[in-house]
Amino acid sequence: MAAPLLSIEGVSVTLPTPRGLLRAVDGVDLALAPGRTLGIVGESGCGKTMLSRAVLQLLPKRATLKGRVMFNGRDLFTLPPEELRKLRGPELAVVFQDPMTSLNPVLTIGTQLIETLQAHLGMDTVSATRRATELLAEVGIPAPGQRLRQYPHQLSGGMRQRVAIAIALSCEPKLLIADEPTTALDVTVQAQILDLLAREQRQRHMALILITHDLGVVAGRTDDVAVMYAGRVVERAPTPRLFRHMRMPYTEALLAAIPKLDAAPHAPLPAIAGRPPDPTRPMPGCSFAPRCRYSDALCENTKPTLDDPEGAGALYACWHPLQ
Amino acid sequence: MAVLELEDDKVAAPALAHRRRFGGLFFAAMAWIGLIVLAAIFADVLPIPSPTEIDMLGKRALPSAEHWLGNDQLGRDMFSRLIYGARVSLIVGLLAPVISVTIGGMLGMLAGYFRGRFELFVTGGVDVLLAFPPLVFVLAVTAYLGQTIANIALVIGILGIPAFTRVARAVTLSLSEREFVTAARALGATHTRILLRELLPNVALPLGAFFLLGVAITIVVEGALAFLGLGVPPPTPSWGSMIGEGRDSLDIAPWLSFLPATFMFLSVLSFNIVGDTLRALTDPRPGQV
Amino acid sequence: MVRFVGKRLFYLVPVLLAVTLLTFLISSLLPGDLAYTILGDQATPENVAALRAQMGLDLPIWQRYGLWLWQVVQGDLGRSFRTGEVVLAAVTERLPISLELMVMAEVIGLLIGIPLAILCAVKSGSAVDRFLTGLAFGKLSLPSFMVAILLIFLFAVQLNWLPATGWVPFAEDPIGNLRCFVLPAATLAFAEWPVLMRVLRSDMIATLQEDYIAMAKAKGLRPWRILLVHALKPSSLTLVTVTGINIGRLIGGAVITESIFALPGVGRLLVGSIQARDFVILQGAVLFVATGFVVVNFIVDMLYAVLDPRIRYGRA
Repeated sequence: MAAPLLSIEGVSVTLPTPRGLLRAVDGVDLALAPGRTLGIVGESGCGKTMLSRAVLQLLPKRATLKGRVMFNGRDLFTLPPEELRKLRGPELAVVFQDPMTSLNPVLTIGTQLIETLQAHLGMDTVSATRRATELLAEVGIPAPGQRLRQYPHQLSGGMRQRVAIAIALSCEPKLLIADEPTTALDVTVQAQILDLLAREQRQRHMALILITHDLGVVAGRTDDVAVMYAGRVVERAPTPRLFRHMRMPYTEALLAAIPKLDAAPHAPLPAIAGRPPDPTRPMPGCSFAPRCRYSDALCENTKPTLDDPEGAGALYACWHPLQ
Repeated sequence: MAVLELEDDKVAAPALAHRRRFGGLFFAAMAWIGLIVLAAIFADVLPIPSPTEIDMLGKRALPSAEHWLGNDQLGRDMFSRLIYGARVSLIVGLLAPVISVTIGGMLGMLAGYFRGRFELFVTGGVDVLLAFPPLVFVLAVTAYLGQTIANIALVIGILGIPAFTRVARAVTLSLSEREFVTAARALGATHTRILLRELLPNVALPLGAFFLLGVAITIVVEGALAFLGLGVPPPTPSWGSMIGEGRDSLDIAPWLSFLPATFMFLSVLSFNIVGDTLRALTDPRPGQV
Repeated sequence: MVRFVGKRLFYLVPVLLAVTLLTFLISSLLPGDLAYTILGDQATPENVAALRAQMGLDLPIWQRYGLWLWQVVQGDLGRSFRTGEVVLAAVTERLPISLELMVMAEVIGLLIGIPLAILCAVKSGSAVDRFLTGLAFGKLSLPSFMVAILLIFLFAVQLNWLPATGWVPFAEDPIGNLRCFVLPAATLAFAEWPVLMRVLRSDMIATLQEDYIAMAKAKGLRPWRILLVHALKPSSLTLVTVTGINIGRLIGGAVITESIFALPGVGRLLVGSIQARDFVILQGAVLFVATGFVVVNFIVDMLYAVLDPRIRYGRA
């Protein structure tokens, strides 16, 4: 592919806890070309949010980082703070999961939009206000002029998330990371928000990383999908291929766990038995082995590596991939 | 995993709190308190000169074999006055909070338990009491009723009622909703029984911690009164009055004020440390000092 | 918003009434015959009886309270029997001095407390934080009169930079006036800053962990802006409350400081009237101070709504 915009190379994140060293992210490699979309899917606790925080350099103070994150040819981990600050907004932007907590409750929507425009684009208040109104209209908020003077709690959840998206897009970033952007929203609003993100991504030729626990969300909206489990990427492939020819038993189980409209009423939902492994205790073999129905002694003793044996641009880490 | 991030901070915090709970500072504070309490109790039998014996020839004398910490501006032995002064501070310091905690604790518990108009009445009353300039209240009452240890302790005690009412009410409110109270009521326990057997033991601990803080504050208030000459009248020595009397000698003998000030500071600090430690035990919130 | 203000006002009235009642009761029910005390050595039984009738001391207590209250509502706090001063005038004359002291003290306290709190919150858990917090805790054990003695010793006695007592009107000599207020204001401020610092520090530490601060960082805003605009405002609720309550308290509560530094403020008026048994002044002054306290608390409540819009509009 073309020179990647974002290249995550061997990134690990560890946190000290009273119970031991917690391995939140354990050696992840990912790449994203400009204008392409990547979906990162996994259960709660698999490390996907920690990974995004690592890229954004917003980890808690006690976390230790290993590896490199190259963005536009620069290593984000070694960038001086002032350089990093200038990047955020115009190059790299983020939308968090819960807009009720990610928007400052005591500042108006207008202030939170305009300050970004002023900080990075050096706009004066009048032009910034005008641009802010345009942005709000673009993300589908009615009566945008009025909204500028309102506070976050006066808006509905869906509208708040649109505001957060407007803020993220305000400086025309090259990469937008959306961390579970619809999880905190009503089901009816989720599709609207995802469509909004998709539309903006296309129009602006922006790279997008969509983080979610729901495989259904990435179907049809992303170019590539990476599935994470217990801090590692266990399968990565172009989206259509992943859904049609998935290899990891975990991915299969994830897909099966999505409720289907055409299932018989009261049909039991095939949830994945067991729970994710304790991130403070590293396992010798495959992390999914205890819950996998195809696992055997090899799986429990030797960790599979992420490879592409078929040379099809689809990687997976499994001793007994599905056929 | 924003959840993970938060958890990691919360998980680390109690470990920190545990380590500092009963540190060296706590024991030092307890030691000092023990020391002055003992000294105050056994003041009469200690081999020290009389605190009221005036010796105009030995005014502001420096420490000697006979007068371990020297004399004050009227030739009285400083060390002895410091120890007898501890008596006044401790008696008032302990008596007043006892009044506050008994009345305040009771009112607070009843208000938090019975709710309704009684609670409104109590909280309103507390607000009114708080609106009064406290020192003026003390001054007014002692000026009219006389400056005795009992009166001073009584008034300071009354002024301390709001704080204890608040604590008792807050704790009772949170406890009243818990299952063990509902269970007791379902078993047909009377109000008195619930209040005494179920709620009181749980309210007692935070009240006890506050009590010690109340002692610290009372010592300060009594000291302030004595400083202004409105505390226990001479010749009874009091740390506050010693500080006040030493004011005129600041240029030639500053230690006359600073010695009692240091004693008072150490005592107040000790009660504060012990009280705060106990309060931290009964009110676990990570990240607070 | 109107409902919010209205509810608070409604609560204010009974509290104020209760304050007046308590004030009246305290000065009326205390022992000692007032007429006797006033007349002193001219106290013959006839004179005493006459004065009592004139002062209305023979009326039942609730009638006396009603009369007094009626006077108060009309703005007449009475006239001192000893000096003949109009009480209201006596109080309002001294009010600016107490106010000047109070404002200076609170401002100095905030100027010390706020930056220290921000420093501690940003570097929370570090040696600097622990040192400053310990210092604040230790300072709580040092009462104001001790601080006053220390400051007087250092600055007046040893260094001779500032006057130990006394007061000069501002109109006469502005510099001299301010010099007189430095030590007393500093004394009070020393008592204020630990509380202010601790309160703001713990609120800020909590705020800095919020998602919207991470968001502000992710937007690439300058650190100063994040601290002062995004973090300070939501953390200042408790600080404002404490400041407000302190100001309310200080109106009549700086008694000790005013006495030590011989400032003719309201506090000294209160103490003086007690010592002179001038209960009319005492009554009027206490009422004034207590009312001020209740009103200030009310204003603080209103300020809440300004700082936190969620309170203003209610939840969506």
